[in-house]
Amino acid sequence: MPGLGTSFGRGGATTFQQDLQNSDCIVIMGSNMAECHPVGFQWVMEARARGARIIHVDPRFTRTSAVATDHVRIRAGSDIAFLGGIVNYILEHRREFRDYVVAYTNAPVIVDEGFKDTEDLDGFFSGWNAEKGTYDNTTWQYAGMEVHGAAGQREMGATQGEQSGHGGHGAALKHGEPPETDPTLEHPRCVFQLLRRHYARYTPELVEDVCGVPRERFVEVAEALCRNSGRERTSAFAYAVGWTQHTVGVQYIRTAAIIQLLLGNIGRPGGGILALRGHASIQGSTDIPTLYNILPGYIPMPHAQAHDNLQRFLELNTSPSGFWGNMAAYTVSLLKAWWGPHATAENDFCFDYLPRITGDHSAYQTALDMLDHRVKGQIVVGQNPAVGSANSGLHRKALAELEWLVVRDLVEVETAAFWYDSPEVERGELRTQDIGTEVFFLPAAAHTEKDGSFTNTQRLLQWHHKAVEPLGDCRSELWFYYHLGRIIREKVAASEDERDRPLLELQWHYPTEGEIGEPSAEAVLREINGTGPDGAALSAYTELADDGSTACGCWIYCGCFADEVNRPARRTPGSEQTWVAPEWGWAWPANRRILYNRASADPDGRPWSERKRYVWWDEDEERWTGEDVPDFQPDKRPDYVPPAGAKAQDAIAGVHPFIMQPDGRGWLFVPSGVVDGPLPTHYEPHESPSANPLYGQQSNPARQIFNRPGNRSHPSNGSPGADRYPYVMTTYRLTEHHTAGGMSRFVPYLAELQPAMFIEVSPELAAERGLEHGGWATVSSERAAIEGRVLVTERMAPVRVEGRPVHQVGLPYHWGTRGLTRGASANDLFPIVLDPNVHIQEVKAATCDIRPGRSPRGARA
Amino acid sequence: MSEDALRTEAWPQTYAEEAQPRMGFFTDTSVCIGCKACEVACKEWNQVPEDGLLFTADSYDNTGSLGANSWRHVAFIEQDRPLRVGADAAAHGGGDDGFRWLMSSDVCKHCTHSACLDVCPTGAIIRTELGTVIVQEDVCNGCGYCVPACPFGVLDRREIEDDGRVFKCTLCYDRTREGMTPACAQACPTESIQYGPLDELRVRAAGRLDRVVEDGFAGARLYGHDPADGVGGFGAFFLLLDEPAVYGLPPEPVATTRDLPQMWRAAALAAGALALTAALSLFGGRR
Repeated sequence: MPGLGTSFGRGGATTFQQDLQNSDCIVIMGSNMAECHPVGFQWVMEARARGARIIHVDPRFTRTSAVATDHVRIRAGSDIAFLGGIVNYILEHRREFRDYVVAYTNAPVIVDEGFKDTEDLDGFFSGWNAEKGTYDNTTWQYAGMEVHGAAGQREMGATQGEQSGHGGHGAALKHGEPPETDPTLEHPRCVFQLLRRHYARYTPELVEDVCGVPRERFVEVAEALCRNSGRERTSAFAYAVGWTQHTVGVQYIRTAAIIQLLLGNIGRPGGGILALRGHASIQGSTDIPTLYNILPGYIPMPHAQAHDNLQRFLELNTSPSGFWGNMAAYTVSLLKAWWGPHATAENDFCFDYLPRITGDHSAYQTALDMLDHRVKGQIVVGQNPAVGSANSGLHRKALAELEWLVVRDLVEVETAAFWYDSPEVERGELRTQDIGTEVFFLPAAAHTEKDGSFTNTQRLLQWHHKAVEPLGDCRSELWFYYHLGRIIREKVAASEDERDRPLLELQWHYPTEGEIGEPSAEAVLREINGTGPDGAALSAYTELADDGSTACGCWIYCGCFADEVNRPARRTPGSEQTWVAPEWGWAWPANRRILYNRASADPDGRPWSERKRYVWWDEDEERWTGEDVPDFQPDKRPDYVPPAGAKAQDAIAGVHPFIMQPDGRGWLFVPSGVVDGPLPTHYEPHESPSANPLYGQQSNPARQIFNRPGNRSHPSNGSPGADRYPYVMTTYRLTEHHTAGGMSRFVPYLAELQPAMFIEVSPELAAERGLEHGGWATVSSERAAIEGRVLVTERMAPVRVEGRPVHQVGLPYHWGTRGLTRGASANDLFPIVLDPNVHIQEVKAATCDIRPGRSPRGARA
Repeated sequence: MSEDALRTEAWPQTYAEEAQPRMGFFTDTSVCIGCKACEVACKEWNQVPEDGLLFTADSYDNTGSLGANSWRHVAFIEQDRPLRVGADAAAHGGGDDGFRWLMSSDVCKHCTHSACLDVCPTGAIIRTELGTVIVQEDVCNGCGYCVPACPFGVLDRREIEDDGRVFKCTLCYDRTREGMTPACAQACPTESIQYGPLDELRVRAAGRLDRVVEDGFAGARLYGHDPADGVGGFGAFFLLLDEPAVYGLPPEPVATTRDLPQMWRAAALAAGALALTAALSLFGGRR
């Protein structure tokens, strides 16, 4: 979540869904919230009932649009132009929340004089290295600042983007204050003026030309947002993978962050940016990561070249100011949680036991490495890449190159069955007898069959209790990993080999129960929470020490087991507590529901308005107080000025709410932490029917392209051959199914509700291509051709861009060759082309063709 | 047959002290998001079978209609007209490209005058102490008389595994008799489906209608709330945003047994007249 992380300091939604009821205006963009988050959507409906304006900006008219007050149809992949247009509208009409912007954001900060904008360099920022295809961000820094290995990138070796993510890891500021600022916001190199110049060309006319949104419609949205922001009113943004799955996905979110900071909507009730996650515990899977480049709590994964030892690692990753200044305490406590008494100050707390990364080991790079025989085996858990990954056909072929494959899932999904049941086998491109992959399918227990926690979209940990025993050989993930580790440790128990010591010294002692030896999930949660010198559960991450006296499995979760109570398991009904419901589950960090909530008060600590009162300074008690847990040191006065030499959070002044950032400010301009630019700028999708009207540079220059057989791209606007794929295609989910279908296509009650892969097109496109409603059509790209049933609907009306219609083809991506309802996989059509920060695929906008009839079947000649 | 026995308003007297306030559904389609959680929750709780993977191409509706195997049915209607009209809509910018997508979760109406109950020869269909109408599956013999009797086409015989009996919404009798909320209402994330005492729901619905009309939904109306209608009012009534027919609902439903008492009276009269004539002719004949 570097979009949110670099702007505000933490990579999580800044608010919680229940708080949407307090919004005066909600912009839902890059999300089909009613369909994909129907339960949370009740709070949008509540806001609507209270008179809020609900604006849905989307290429399609969806079930969200159906109940919104406004639907604004936009060309897929043009969101930065739209959002940048709003930034320009705010600045042009002086609609920013000036007091908030001056005090709480980096608008007054003066930037290095070497900085050059995309407006100066025709689509590039200064620091572009064409040979490497990456940026050097030296010139993006604050003026007068000691540049100290660029943040977010300083772990980088040869590859890009391994360590992006957190502004907090960013600039090294002495005493928490930027060296040069101009509170009048007039200095030509202050961030505010850079913003003005950068977005000056994002006029309503440009928005109309790029996005296909009539200018007056756009102005209505911009005006609605401005009118519903300020002291008395607040507006919220909600987004999901409609924003992230682009080659500029992180920058989409950054643009929303800029809008919300300018309008003063962060840290306040009814404001914020809600990152809607697609699975029950996706937030949890980055907090305690399944990612290769971070450790629990967003601590960077050490790099082979840069981090010889703990001291060097901490030097490079500790921020002198803000809460990331305690990196040593977080890291040492993590090492203590893992290696216990073996981790001592003398041996760097076993820092050398951590694996090191040497390059890009993200999911797509790994799949390509599998194709090239650089990966022997893979364990696939909780995902179905044979359906869910971009260019899923290539992924299936990659599976066939493995020596072994383990798939743990509820049912035998396509990823487990690729070797005998796949389009490639049907076409004869793969032959079962030729596939050498040894496939192990291990049945998994469902959430009803095991204890554990989910960390949901709003950073809320909620415990689930086992209701029934798992059937047959089905086992929980916890069981699998615990016993796998136990058995491996037993196998190397007698080893004298140095390389086995990390395994042998690992703290791997969890109580088990029952016939199958299920480990105690609560014991794991307690370890994550952490313990103090006396062995008792810690209450807060502020108690963590860097001397080895505390252990903590994930510092941001510290406090979830305070007083030895499983706090995620708390279920006090809403009727028995305040609307914030602090006793329902537990939210990281410190059970805060709205982050950066010190910003709900003015610089003096008083609520900006009675109507939007949330957290404030109580002068009598000399403490911060309010509806929520204050996101601030509770007794730090609003007029606190850090003394010389102050470190970490003590270096953050009493007026600065963004306590994870080195300067305590929300970052309109991001000097480090985002690899493709300090300011979001409009680039066309990798495949687009349109030219970029702003720059000669068509698409994000830093995007990751893998130009190889099986993953060829289409020419874009104007280039020879672009007319072969004249339409825009986009993927999405339906309420009735779940992502790659493993949990829905196999369930009769869900399968019958959406029983066929279908393709949504407008009546105009149907007429142009002779497509018959209810009949079959085939969508094609350089990667694949897939078929589906045709739904002709005005919900897919074309947008007009520069006077001509752009047709968009809608593709739900749930189907595969298995399950009760079977069909083609939309992801087969898309290229692997990635956002450089997070390696996420661009499947929300690409080009295609569509023809009537079924796709060719049977073996290829 | 007495008229009282035919007329279902005999309830709640027949339950004496066991009778409870009449319970029902208010389905407010103005907040329905078409998630179909009601359909799934209903099937899960009541163990209603899956009945075919049929792609209908009728918007997002692959359920089609209510029936023995679908006790909730969400309709999806795509219309070329704006969601709101009038001054308020203008203030909201008109909002929606002159297009709207209506969604509505249909269900058995649990009529005050239930023709299905009237015609059931086995007594399988009864009115419960909550005023709801249910088919007792252990009594139903599958005769099917109720199927054409329903003015809404709700009742239907289950043709799976030669079952042949009639199944429909029970308003989750096994839950509601214990004071619980029916599965669909429990699952509905936006309170589009509300369960409660019918009197309270009618008051709530009236207030809700005022609000929705005020908000610019010009075609909004209540459907089935009026005890004076052809079925004596629904136990499960609706707030719709357009004509009932748009949703596939009969505009003026009438209990198919409504005229039976009169018909019986007419028949009795005719029979009497016939008998009298015969008697007279006999008598006259003697004379």
